[in-house]
Amino acid sequence: MSPALHWVLIVVGVLLGAVTIAAGLIWLERRLLALWQDRYGPNRVGPFGLLQVVADMIKIFTKEDWVPPFADRAVFVLAPAIIMITVLLSFAVIPFAPRLWVADLNIGLLFLLGMSSLGVYSSVLAGWASNSKYALLGSLRAAAQMLSYEVFMGLALMGVVLQAGSFRLIDIVEAQRGLWFCVPQFVGMIVFAVAALAEMKRLPFDLPEADGELIAGYHTEYSGMKFGMFFVGEYLGVTLMSMLMVVLFFGGWHGPWLPPPVWFLLKSFALIGLIVLLRGSLPRPRYDQLMAYGWKLMLPLALLNLAVTGAVVLATR
Amino acid sequence: MRTIVNSLWTLGLIFSHAWRRRVTIQYPDERPRLAPRWRGRIVLSRDPDGQERCVACYLCAAACPVDCIALQATEDGSGRRYPAFFRINFSRCIFCGFCEEACPTCAIQLTPDFEMGEYRRQNLVYEKEDLLISGTGKYPGYNFYRVSGLAIAGKAKGEAERELPPVDLRDRMP
Repeated sequence: MSPALHWVLIVVGVLLGAVTIAAGLIWLERRLLALWQDRYGPNRVGPFGLLQVVADMIKIFTKEDWVPPFADRAVFVLAPAIIMITVLLSFAVIPFAPRLWVADLNIGLLFLLGMSSLGVYSSVLAGWASNSKYALLGSLRAAAQMLSYEVFMGLALMGVVLQAGSFRLIDIVEAQRGLWFCVPQFVGMIVFAVAALAEMKRLPFDLPEADGELIAGYHTEYSGMKFGMFFVGEYLGVTLMSMLMVVLFFGGWHGPWLPPPVWFLLKSFALIGLIVLLRGSLPRPRYDQLMAYGWKLMLPLALLNLAVTGAVVLATR
Repeated sequence: MRTIVNSLWTLGLIFSHAWRRRVTIQYPDERPRLAPRWRGRIVLSRDPDGQERCVACYLCAAACPVDCIALQATEDGSGRRYPAFFRINFSRCIFCGFCEEACPTCAIQLTPDFEMGEYRRQNLVYEKEDLLISGTGKYPGYNFYRVSGLAIAGKAKGEAERELPPVDLRDRMP
């Protein structure tokens, strides 16, 4: 097999795999939530209701693709594309297994952080272009939340970078051959997990969407496949953040007996399950609480973690 | 700190629900248990002799808050009243059971049956032959005329052989 074909296969495989997992997550989340709420969830279409995703896809593709007359048309159409593009681009640097990655960037982690920052544009532009009060309120919240949680999201990862001595994700995975970073970087992991939840606007940090108060927040005015792209984008984000957590804190593909990609997927799905569990159990904080957690608790924690890690790394050099 | 402990406790509690029994009744496969007094499809019952219980007094139609009952009273040769037609529009009916409460002869009854789906709304209008059942429904031995007596041409209430005079309600006041 020629190297070019090899890479094309990997690229297509990662793209298709990511989108398929994201779509499957819709089913998985509904089933898991139902399990924890003593219900069944979708179990009618196909085996275990698996084809529910297909049915939803058919439905959403055949829906009227409506742009409200008061919306800023160009930006309105662009916004849902941005979230899909940024999240899918982020998958490029994730190392799934030895020699199974799309791009081997030596600043892979920075690239990921940058892409997740660009994702803010999606919600901000969507809210702005929708020209409606709920959408605007949602996007205001999204902007403030994502900007303030990004600050310590990056800082929380610097401990990992210090210990691994590289921004390259493959090096970071290799550095965890003996001991996963979730042990020495426990504080960093917790801080990053909170920030990641806020970044992908998942419950309990779904204030930008907050169905109870803002209808659907920044994507209130969206319908059809444009709404679908926000939806799939959110689940892609969940997949990405889980895989990133695995790469950074849970030893990536390392693990005994099973082949590396299996380990990687197992760990990722365990984390995805945890995220669903969080959604099922925790209430949404108030907005001022959210900001207070971010700036008064998480940021100092991240800085402290960085300082201590730096001191330890220096001392043991 | 308490918040964290509480949140972790909540997480564990919710997770433990994975082993709880699910409360969903998967309806077309499993049947729900309906109580005997479930207020579902309305029927017109007959007394133990097989006669229609309904005396077409219009009380059910008057009690109905959504006006879904329509009937027309008529009499047979002996002066016995019965409905010429009796029509319930189930697309209006809210299954409140007021008709059953209003009925003096226990003729109209609500039954534990809710599977009345139709593709055409017109099919939800039930006529008398759709409503009448062959049995006595919830009150097996009850015959209104055995209790109340019946005045027919040439005979007042309680004057027939082996017929007790009707109860004077005011006489029974304490």
